Amino acid sequence: MAEANIKLVEVSKAYKEKYVVKDVSMTIDEGDFLTILGPSGAGKTTVLKMIAGFIEPTDGNIFLGKKDISRVPTHKRNIGMLFQNYALFPHMTVQGNIAFPLSVRKYSVEEKETAIREILERVKLNGYENRYPRELSGGQQQRVGLARALVFNPPVLLLDEPMAALDKQLRKHMQLEIKQLHNELGLTTISVTHDQEEALTMATKVCVMHEGKVAQVASPQEIYEKPKNVFVAKFIGEANILPGIVLQQNKDIISVRLQNGPLLEITENEHVYYEQEEVAVVIRPEKFRLVPKSWTGFKINGVIKQIVYVGEALKLSISTVFREDMNVKIFTTSAVSVKEGDSVTLGADPQDMVLIKNHSDRKELDT
Amino acid sequence: MTVPTQIPRPKKIYHPWMLLIPPIIFISIFLLYPLVQILLLSIVKEGRLTNEYYHRFFTGDVYMRVLLLTFKISIIVTLITLVLGYPVAYTMTICSKRTLALIMICIMIPFWTSLLVRTYAWMVLLRTQGVINQILLHTGLIHKPLQLLYNDTGVIIGMTHVLLPYMILSLYSVMQGIDRNLLAAAQNLGANRFIAFWQIYFPLSVQGISSGSILVFIMGIGYFITPSLLGGQKNTMIAQLIQTQVSSLLNWGFGSAIAFVLLAITMLMLFISKKFLHVEKIW
Repeated sequence: MAEANIKLVEVSKAYKEKYVVKDVSMTIDEGDFLTILGPSGAGKTTVLKMIAGFIEPTDGNIFLGKKDISRVPTHKRNIGMLFQNYALFPHMTVQGNIAFPLSVRKYSVEEKETAIREILERVKLNGYENRYPRELSGGQQQRVGLARALVFNPPVLLLDEPMAALDKQLRKHMQLEIKQLHNELGLTTISVTHDQEEALTMATKVCVMHEGKVAQVASPQEIYEKPKNVFVAKFIGEANILPGIVLQQNKDIISVRLQNGPLLEITENEHVYYEQEEVAVVIRPEKFRLVPKSWTGFKINGVIKQIVYVGEALKLSISTVFREDMNVKIFTTSAVSVKEGDSVTLGADPQDMVLIKNHSDRKELDT
Repeated sequence: MTVPTQIPRPKKIYHPWMLLIPPIIFISIFLLYPLVQILLLSIVKEGRLTNEYYHRFFTGDVYMRVLLLTFKISIIVTLITLVLGYPVAYTMTICSKRTLALIMICIMIPFWTSLLVRTYAWMVLLRTQGVINQILLHTGLIHKPLQLLYNDTGVIIGMTHVLLPYMILSLYSVMQGIDRNLLAAAQNLGANRFIAFWQIYFPLSVQGISSGSILVFIMGIGYFITPSLLGGQKNTMIAQLIQTQVSSLLNWGFGSAIAFVLLAITMLMLFISKKFLHVEKIW
């Protein structure tokens, strides 16, 4: 198999001087499962289409292994792709669909038969060879699409919003199945989605895109726990974002004064902050705890506006001096009894808060 | 125990199918009744049943020749409209909305223009002293004027022009439903543009080809005005034969028999298309 790492170097795409993708650089190592995540219009599908060869980048280069494939025509790239609606050929059977990439590659009849049998077994569709796509369920169609994309042993697999056409139950199931397939085959995979849960479930690496640019590339855990900017913090999961100013940094303890509020200390050892630097403090809803009034650490007083019971947890909306609707999630195992209208004190530990250097993110704090 | 009082439903006096009554009456009076009359004219002579007219048609050399020529011209016209129309319909599925609107107008204008006017316009263009011959003579491509009028060539040119829009619209209605992603998928799977077109796009457009071809062919075999103005002195097409029999020779019985043969052929074509080509999906 050819080298299977993909590298994008300052790739841009402009339509009539308007950039939809701007200076995107990233490396996808062999065997990685990278998910490009972003709201619609972020340029994520454009990136995928440039890798597949349907769109030619205005600037920049795309490498597959050491080879620059930026200007190689689609049909010579040898990259498998699962389309959003699978794009199965309606006039061909399952067998015909899967045989198509083999026929254009001039496989012999025996080679074709073996390859098709193997791949159908892998996607658990043996016995369906002579069905037409319209006779299959959504999940089965997706398996055919996958089989067709994998049967010619491409070094890289692309998935364009793979779960968009499936219902929620099936979606979960197929996510795990594709993840398992990825583990078994060790195939470099790049997926595009706007569903953050899907990204966190399937990917080994997540790339968050925003307005044509890469906002952050990191492991799912890092994306969630150490967002690099306010956009990522807000887009992945829920986040309470509080603006503040750095007072001082003492090794890995940073003191921050929140706007019209208390002092807090955050443990972090990655960045150097200067005094008076404007920052944003990100606190995930589940990192808050209800603490006694006498709590000596960082605390915020507030009144419970609303309680929503979601099974394993209670979601509280708490009115505070910082925000009208501070989101707090309390797991029901912690046996607290609260009701709407109660005055409570919220506390968070220094290692549970994330500091974002946010000179450029000011406008997003207001939204 | 209280029994809930039943609120009486208003009695239904209208049925949806009642909407069909006016058109059924209209068609019965103005289409079915005359058709039955024509059928009777073709099988009854002097008060007795006869197969004389049909026998004459199928055994007469002249009539069979006209029938075959009608077929030949219709098939040629069908093929030409297909070859000309396919690229146009294809373009319509990929061009911008503005271009599509422009092409649509160009297709529809002939529909809004009188058939007679269009046919006379062709006569101006095609005659020996006409624009086309003048240009060809001036450029030196030919040395004596081409005979483009009053023969089969004239009929084919005129009919192609009249029937082309039907072919284009039939093709377009099918082609616009073909998912362009299928071509992208084919290319992604290793097919070049040529293979992607021939193995994926073309088979999916066959339905448009068959419905367009049947439509043009059926309209072609019954055509009258264009062949009679642009065609030669002799009867070329079957519709002209009927006209001659009825209005010149006052032979209503024979004319009716030919008309019924034409109708039978048309019905047969529709039957075949319905049976094998699933045309009803498109029409």
